[in-house]
Amino acid sequence: MIMEKILKIQMDAVLENQGLARALAAAYVSEMDPTVDELTEIKTAVSEAFSNAVIHGYPGDMQGSVYMEFAVVSPANVMIKITDHGVGIEDIAKAMEPLFTTDTGDERSGMGFTVMESFTDRIKVDSRPGEGTTVTMIKKLDTYYDF
Amino acid sequence: MDMIFNIKGNVLIAELFGELDHHAAGQVRTDIDQAMEAYGTANLVFDFSKITFMDSSGIGVILGRYRKLEPEGGKVAIASCSLTVRNILNMAGIFSIIDYFDTAEEAIAYLTGKEE
Repeated sequence: MIMEKILKIQMDAVLENQGLARALAAAYVSEMDPTVDELTEIKTAVSEAFSNAVIHGYPGDMQGSVYMEFAVVSPANVMIKITDHGVGIEDIAKAMEPLFTTDTGDERSGMGFTVMESFTDRIKVDSRPGEGTTVTMIKKLDTYYDF
Repeated sequence: MDMIFNIKGNVLIAELFGELDHHAAGQVRTDIDQAMEAYGTANLVFDFSKITFMDSSGIGVILGRYRKLEPEGGKVAIASCSLTVRNILNMAGIFSIIDYFDTAEEAIAYLTGKEE
């Protein structure tokens, strides 16, 4: 897998940055001439991954950073990697089940991973308890035509 | 995020503007719950026509209001979503318990009709 045009960003792990995380993803992907639907789907997937990192990676008063990495994978795929160095996930398969939530009254839906899976082509979750979590997503864009 | 509330009979219409994400969701929940209480309305319409972005946080906001109103006989309806928003709500099976309408007017007509 050859990755080009790599962009790495470090952000404070606070929900106030969720909109900025989406906007940065949109700005990066816009260079690849995506459709409106593709752009919306990427923004949504990034929004889910970022809020997961903030809410579940750094629970309670825990502070830290969220690291976003973008790359173009030739010819028309975008790879997005979102990493936190927080508490990690004990059971990744369970965390990815639709409607599974650790919610304790905050009305979270447990649909974050399902949305990420639906709106991207590949998703991989690497996590170790106590070390953090990396979500890697690849989205294929339909916009590169060979004339 | 900004919201405009309108009241038609026993229906509160919450018109949401802009981006609904986990950051905005807390305020949206509080504002709607306070408005429902202040105006004493039993039914709620989510008007999504001015929403430019929504992630899965919207599912929690809608289901949370549904769970509050449903035991007291109140109804919730959703109006005017973009295709992506509808896809997200569909993933959670929202439309099997909450009715969808293309416009807020249709949703209001449905809910006010139900009271008669």
